Amino acid sequence: MSLWVDKYRPKSLSLLDYHKDQANQLKNLVKQGDFPHLLVYGPSGAGKKTRVTCLLRELYGPGVEKLRMESVPITTPSGKKLDIKTISSNYHIEVNPSDAGIYDRCVVMELVKNSAQTHQLDPTGQRDFKVVVLTEVDSLSVDAQHALRRTMEKYVSTCRLILISNSTSRVIPAIRSRCLGVRVAAPTQDQIISILQMACKKEGLSLPLDLAKKIVDKSERNLRLALLMCESCKVQETPLKEKQEPILPQWQVFLKDTARSIMHEQSPKQLMEVRGRLYELLSHNIPIQIIFKGLLKELVSNCDMKLKAVVVEEAAFFEHRVHQGSKGIFHLEAFVAKFMCIYKKFMEDSVIDMF
Amino acid sequence: MQSFLKTGKLGSGSGAGPSGDKQSGKGQKRGNRPTPWVEKYRPKTVDDVVEQGDVVEVLRQCLSGADLPNLLLYGPPGTGKTSTILAAARQLFGDMYRDRILELNASDERGIQIIRDKVKSFAQLSASGIRPDGKPCPAFKIVILDEADSMTHAAQAALRRTMEKQTRTTRFCLVCNYVSRIIQPLTSRCTKFRFKPLGEVKIIERLQFISSQENVNIEQDALQSLIAAAGGDLRRAITCLQSCARLKGKDDTSAITPDDVVEVMGVIPSRWIDGLMSVSEEFDYYKVTEYLDQFIMEGYSAGQLLEQLHLKIVMCDTISDKHKATICEKLAVCAYRLQEGASEYLQMADLCCTLMLCLRQ
Repeated sequence: MSLWVDKYRPKSLSLLDYHKDQANQLKNLVKQGDFPHLLVYGPSGAGKKTRVTCLLRELYGPGVEKLRMESVPITTPSGKKLDIKTISSNYHIEVNPSDAGIYDRCVVMELVKNSAQTHQLDPTGQRDFKVVVLTEVDSLSVDAQHALRRTMEKYVSTCRLILISNSTSRVIPAIRSRCLGVRVAAPTQDQIISILQMACKKEGLSLPLDLAKKIVDKSERNLRLALLMCESCKVQETPLKEKQEPILPQWQVFLKDTARSIMHEQSPKQLMEVRGRLYELLSHNIPIQIIFKGLLKELVSNCDMKLKAVVVEEAAFFEHRVHQGSKGIFHLEAFVAKFMCIYKKFMEDSVIDMF
Repeated sequence: MQSFLKTGKLGSGSGAGPSGDKQSGKGQKRGNRPTPWVEKYRPKTVDDVVEQGDVVEVLRQCLSGADLPNLLLYGPPGTGKTSTILAAARQLFGDMYRDRILELNASDERGIQIIRDKVKSFAQLSASGIRPDGKPCPAFKIVILDEADSMTHAAQAALRRTMEKQTRTTRFCLVCNYVSRIIQPLTSRCTKFRFKPLGEVKIIERLQFISSQENVNIEQDALQSLIAAAGGDLRRAITCLQSCARLKGKDDTSAITPDDVVEVMGVIPSRWIDGLMSVSEEFDYYKVTEYLDQFIMEGYSAGQLLEQLHLKIVMCDTISDKHKATICEKLAVCAYRLQEGASEYLQMADLCCTLMLCLRQ
């Protein structure tokens, strides 16, 4: 019994549902001896990880699917001891370096060096290199990225890196120029619909087209989310009905209400109330970026273009500040206060204009 | 015991056959082991280095017996800084290359402690002026500090005195992208050489040479777009050429098209940039945000968009200079914030609002 997301994850490059040309190109890549470092990027839920696992299988055969969790002890130069969780098979090792916080530099160097120095035990293995998969490269510190540069070149004979990130904006140009970029675009709505229908068919269910469309609209072209929503619909009611509403995560509704209450009244008292709600969101581990985006989407709805520009500018300003400080709530609240201020002034001005 | 030995022997014996074959197979393989073309076509001698006249001249004189100053090589990535100094070192020292060169780069531990211990002790060793085979060679060693701009200030400061004291036996060569990140006392102790971005003609020459060597079929248009996207970075151009060739596969003999190049280089197709401009002109906030959502879904990077948009804005004739300045300032702010990890959506929305207001007036 596993989630549909895992159950219907394609296992090999030839089984992928979309971006088939790219899959073919990757296959060509594997066939030739010299495999480059890869930088796989695309929005979340587009199938980056799926493609990487397929690629690894194509490289090494079914052996890569025997995974084990390990925790690797790493000592930082200052003598601090860290344990890093890794997922590895005989042929590859996967790690999320941002787990190590500011010590990600040591983790990256140590891991790549370790796996590059040990050769493949079995000489009959087809490949004479191992693969290190680094996920969430966009949260890797600049220091660690610089450390990667030369390491990548030095150990190129025994080790290849596959970097996975959401965007290449935060990857330094030096790394980008050393990797082959693989862009994984999100699937189109039609592609998601056909995948959902296929999954439902295999489960012995029929998925009404209207419901599928609703799910796809809500999922914002995130295939993982769409599949999860589809499955939760099934749990809610089987067989699936046309009129059924896909369940939105509760925090999204909550966020919308918060934005509405800000629009409703602008006063210090209201600010206190909003603070409580923001804390609530943060304590449920909703990323600040998403809160900002959600708030902004609602808040600008009642503004004219000039005011919109101001509000967006403020949002961009405060969201950037979040990354410099450590406490997100300050900046969130500052944004809300600033918005109230601007909005109230705007409203008062327009009232004065009327008279 | 015996059985143990026996099995051991048997094991090794049975293993010997195939592994012996493997060995020979491996030996063959090593002969034409696939190497990145960047490494394969790295200049072997100083004379091979493309352009960069001044440095090459100094190094050539050094090769013919003159003294070598401390060097500081700086310039944009992919212009041949590391290649030049490595080629020179190889020519200077030949087989003794390993003993005479200490190469440190950002991936090695390079704090103040290493400068004090490793570099200092290496610098203090004296070197003879004769090679083992009797030929003369310069009586000094070279410490190459690659990517010196990522060294800490403390480590750089620790270098100052070491550099002066050991001039008799050691030369330093600092390689970096941004000379402004090297502290003043160090730059004043070195002869600075700027590496210019390579000219188009030279890159074309080099790429055509490589593609003829590797039997790559590339369209002339594709070559042009490759060069435009590489922007004077030869390493990037060569890597891209190789990636395109790999993705095509060996059996496919069709030529590389401009589209392939654009995809591999991660360049955003120009229709997206034009689309953004025209959607901003319509002055509808919701259309713009929708367009941005689409853009992010396609997986293109915002940083790249800023770069390409900048070119577009600067070259555009219909926008007044004042507005160009406003937009460019916003571009700079957004690029900086993106580098720091800010959300792509918000930054791009901010940029688009500025763009809309400017285009409107």
